Amino acid sequence: MNLELFLLVAAALFGVGLFGALTQQSVVMLMMGLELMLGGVILAAAAVWHHLAPASADGQVLVVVAITVMAVEMAIGFAVVTALFRAREVDMTDQAGDLSA
Amino acid sequence: MLDDTVFWVLSALAVGSGIMVFRFDSMARATYALLLSLLCVGGLLILLGLDYLGVVIVLMMTIEMAIMGVFMVMYMMNPAGLVPMSMLHNKKGAAALCTGVFLLMALGIVLAPWPPRAGTAEEDPTRALGESLMGPQMLTMMTLGFALFSTIVATVLLATHRGRYDRLGDDLRARRADDPVPGGVGR
Repeated sequence: MNLELFLLVAAALFGVGLFGALTQQSVVMLMMGLELMLGGVILAAAAVWHHLAPASADGQVLVVVAITVMAVEMAIGFAVVTALFRAREVDMTDQAGDLSA
Repeated sequence: MLDDTVFWVLSALAVGSGIMVFRFDSMARATYALLLSLLCVGGLLILLGLDYLGVVIVLMMTIEMAIMGVFMVMYMMNPAGLVPMSMLHNKKGAAALCTGVFLLMALGIVLAPWPPRAGTAEEDPTRALGESLMGPQMLTMMTLGFALFSTIVATVLLATHRGRYDRLGDDLRARRADDPVPGGVGR
């Protein structure tokens, strides 16, 4: 149980989340992919804190930042889905590609 | 020995249920699979000695997934998975890209010359975190506070159906509120 193992698990979580975020058509499912990616980031930050620099609390602060990002992403994501659904009864990414070139 | 077992079980569960999130037909099951995956991440944090942050993740994710389940039922076209259907686009390209990203990261993880462990953890990491957030990392804490506050404002703004500007005009000086259904005091 060393740093590399923890980081590999984190990388696997990040990869699976990236797959979900790229493939899912539903905006809510896309957000689940982002959550998984952030879960990987949290795990990596905690592992680096524990195995490299446990003396300072900066690694823990990084975890706190990642958790906050998770909460913000979730709240804003649902608000955007709500606004999108109100405007055109759509919950799919393919029907909300207004900004794609 | 026990730590090793716990690590392998939690890791396998975290990654396995993470994969299942995108394989289940039922959205409710996908939500619970994601919950399980993130609970395992919380467990791994506790294993790393971060008791407080691990418990915060466990509590936060439980509530978050409960809320997510409600939104699923509200917005998804097939929340119960009764009609099997694929809701993916560009599956092959994404799978190749994600495998590439994972392999690249794994290569970096294995090959990087990680420095040795510097110092030892304080007896109470939670206390160290609190003192850090209220001391040297105060700016981080304040930035997070502002970010969360602006999130509250932005979410209310985005989710509001019709605000006072819709009802009373841009300068809020309309004599009569422009409501789809008349009613209420003085209307």
